[in-house]
This record gives sequence, C-alpha cells and structure tokens, in this order.
Amino acid sequence: MSFDNLDQLYRQVIMDHYKNPRNKGAIEDGSVTIDMNNPTCGDRIHLTMNVEDGIVTDAKFDGEGCSISMSSASMMTQAIKGKDIKTALRLSNVFSDIMLGKDYPDDMDLGDIEALQGVAKFPARIKCATLSWKAMEKGLQNEK
Amino acid sequence: MNAKELRKYFPILDQEVNGHPLVYLDSAATSQKPVQVIEALNDYYRLHNSNVHRGVHTLGNRATDLYEGARDKVRRFINAASTKEIIFLRGTTTALNLVAQSYGRANVKEGDEIVITHMEHHSNIIPWQQLAKFSGATLKYIPMQEDGTISLDDVRATVTPNTKIVSVMMVSNVLGTINPIEDITKIAHENGAVMVVDAAQAAPHIQVDVQKLDCDFLAFSGHKMCGPTGIGVLYGKEQLLNNMEPIEFGGEMIDFVGLYESTWKELPWKFEGGTPIIAGAIGLGAAIDFLADIGLDKIEQHEHKLATYALEKLADIPGLKILGPKSGKDRAGVVTFNLDEVHPHDVATVLDAEGIAVRAGHHCAQPLMKWCQVSSTARASFYLYNTEEDIDRLAAGLLKTKEYFSDVF
Repeated sequence: MSFDNLDQLYRQVIMDHYKNPRNKGAIEDGSVTIDMNNPTCGDRIHLTMNVEDGIVTDAKFDGEGCSISMSSASMMTQAIKGKDIKTALRLSNVFSDIMLGKDYPDDMDLGDIEALQGVAKFPARIKCATLSWKAMEKGLQNEK
Repeated sequence: MNAKELRKYFPILDQEVNGHPLVYLDSAATSQKPVQVIEALNDYYRLHNSNVHRGVHTLGNRATDLYEGARDKVRRFINAASTKEIIFLRGTTTALNLVAQSYGRANVKEGDEIVITHMEHHSNIIPWQQLAKFSGATLKYIPMQEDGTISLDDVRATVTPNTKIVSVMMVSNVLGTINPIEDITKIAHENGAVMVVDAAQAAPHIQVDVQKLDCDFLAFSGHKMCGPTGIGVLYGKEQLLNNMEPIEFGGEMIDFVGLYESTWKELPWKFEGGTPIIAGAIGLGAAIDFLADIGLDKIEQHEHKLATYALEKLADIPGLKILGPKSGKDRAGVVTFNLDEVHPHDVATVLDAEGIAVRAGHHCAQPLMKWCQVSSTARASFYLYNTEEDIDRLAAGLLKTKEYFSDVF
C-alpha cells in the first residue's frame, strides 16, 4: 500500500522504538523525577534521571501515548545518557529547531533522532514529539 | 431529509484534503456552516452593523430588531415561555459558569451537595468543583452502567434532600448516550434541587423542549448547530433568573448608575454586560431557521440511522472496540472507538491522510476516560450533511490504518 506522505512520519526507526522502547521503566531513587502531560490529548510521561557531577548517568521513562510521543521519549533517553547537562539541553534546543523544520548544526550527531525530522510536516503531531524533551529540559534546568 | 441534497448548502464540504474528497466526521467538536448562516453574517456586517438598544438612528434599530429577533427564534426553538428566559452568552461553558457562580454561590452552602455524572464534559465538571471548593459543599457523581447509560435507580440513590444542584448532559459527546433528562429532573425536584442541563450535544441533534423537560437551566452553543463560534445560550426559568445577581458588570446591563450604587436592567439584559454578541446571535438565528426548516425530528432520525449503520459497519473491523450504547437507536450520531494497539492519534493521522477528519484524544472528558479505563480514544461524529458513503470511507480508512500498522505489531 502506498502512503508516501505517511512514510515520512512513521519511519521504520520510529516504529522500532515504539515497539521496543529503550530505557522503559523508572529508576528507583532517581535524583530527578518529572511528570508531564499533554492536556489536549492525554499523553503523559514519567521521566526519572540520575545526575552525578553534572552528567546524566541514567534516564528512564514511563507513560502513555502515541507512537510519536513514545518513540521520541525512547530516543531522547538514549541520546542523553552519558551526556553532561549542557549538552543534553543543547540537544533539546536542536530538537525544537528540527520540529520547526529548521536545519541543525553539522557537528551534531543525532543518530536515531534524525528519523523524527518528518514530524515537522505534521503540525498536529509536534507536541507529541516534544513532550519528553520538555520534561527532560524541566528536570535538568533545576539541576544546573 | 436528504443529506446529499443538503450538502450543497455547505461549501466547505466540497473540497479535497490530502488528495481525497473531504469526509468531515468531527461535528461534535464543531459543525460546518451552511451558506444561509454565512450570508446572514455577511449581510449584517455589510448592511446593518450598529450597536444595539441605544441608537436613535435607523441602523441601530435594525440591528436591535435582528438581535432581539434572534432571541425569539431561540425561544421558539427550545419552547421557552418567554424571551426573558433566553440569555445570549459566549457558549455552553460561559453559561454553566454563570449558573455556578451566580445561582450556585448564593444558594449552595457547606454540607449541601452538587450532583453530576461520570460522563460529563469538563465544562460541566469544573464549575461545580470550583463551587464545591468555594462553598464547602460536596460534589457527588452518579455512577454509570457498563453500556455507558445512567440508571434512574442510581440517580435516586445519589440525589438526596441535601442536594441543591443536579447537572447532567443531555447527550454525551463521547458515548452518544441520550440521558433521560425529564426523569432525572423529576428526581431532582422531588429532593428540592434545581436541574441544570448541558445541552451542547443535544440542541443540534434532537428536539429540546424546556417546558416538557421542566429543567431549571439549560445551556448550549451555536457553533455545534450550524451557527457561528462565540455565541451560546443560557435558558433559565424566569423566577430563578429574576432572583439571581449578574456576574459581569458594566455597560448594557445597567438601569441606573450612581457614584456608589447602581441598579440592573430587567431580564434578560442584566446578564448581558458589554456590547452583546450581535452578529453571533443573528448567525445563530439563521442557523435555527435552517435547522427548523429541515426539522429536528428528521435530523434525529437521520443520525440514528447513521449511528446504526456505523455500528454495523465498524463491527466488521477486527480489533475495533466501540464505547457506549450498543444500539444506534439509543445514541446520537457519535461513535467513539479504539483500534487494537494503534494509538488514537496515529489512527487520526492515517485517516487524515485519506481526507477523513476524526478527533483523537480525551474529548474534554478525562473522568469518563478513566471510568472507561482508556487514556484516549478516536471519535467519529455525524451531522445532517453526513452520508452512509462517509461511513464507508471511514471503515475503509480504518482497514488501511490497520494494515499500515500491521508490520509493527
């Protein structure tokens, strides 16, 4: 079946993260805990992180939502693990830019996240993709 | 009535979305507007625009006649006894807040009860939550049956002589359930409570007769019944409204203004502070003419037919679960469902790619979602311009959605 337009949104990498989410669950006694929801659609995320000496040593998420919000959360946790707070927050800014359809710096290695670029063409779904990133930002800003 | 014939009055329906002819199945969120309403708004601004109730000049009189004429159309539409009982406001939300803040704060005290149901829209929950907090009253919920209906035994068990307000939606925006308002009103009155009705999903689709229902207040919005956004109606029994204080003060609603004291206009204007929603009311009047010409009984039959057809058609889709009453005769034109593990947002995105507009999310009814143990759902809602072909397109779209996501699960 041909759904060219949709295939830009539902890339295989995204569906893989949706089906096999990385870092799913919660860190007991995590140093940072954030709950966030999207009041317009009911998506929710429970994000726990461990931050030691300015480095995100671990991150896990739990929650409910569509393929875009859950795969984005999975990729986000994967991307920030082992990064320092500044880099994680910078990544979050770059992600916001990507959602607005902007280019991102060449020195950024986005890995799987690149697959989410197509979301920019589906304005109704941008908030799905950014939910977990907003949660991460909120959590790490308090740690700075 | 012939839906295909009526479609010609709705220019918006004649377009392609994402390369497919548009199938609009989101009328419970807002209905489309017929040319009659668009032209009434156009004529008002082109020919008659002026402020109401104070102009000596000709345009002022014309605008006033049109605005007050619309009020009488609303009165006839819901069979109210007097135009004094028809208040123009922004919409159902504003109307319910007016009742909670004016009638509620004056009459509900600590130890009293306010009774609503689990299926209410947020706009018929939060005003009462706030009133309960303000007054120290208890907010109670009438439970729901398995099939998404309300049993009168449960109403009798929940409403007590301490209940001061019972507020229930006439038609559910999620389940399509048509609630027995007349019977619930009797039980409320037997216990000395006033009955408030959220008719946002009822007024567009079924005959509403406030004298037959005997409810004390009833609220609805223009934009869900072919009218413009930003106009709604609060009906209230004259004797109750007479004893209520306004909650908005300023121009238009006053009789005499002194330095330290002022008095209010008579009904209904004492509740319409500021320049009223003139164009909106005139547009709503035109919508009512349009609906009355077709006949609400015909519209109701058409929607029962579509709901029955949709329930049948969607039952053939494996893995599709429908919420609410099992029979199309017992529901308005709303069908809410979930499809296997595919999230409603993903369902709505694939359907949109096929030109089909449905809603996904919690439909402003989070307590109901919790009750149904789902976090969100997809909803198709029908109106007078929808056809069986639209439902065929929906069913085909859902099969494609299933196929599209079949590789994932």
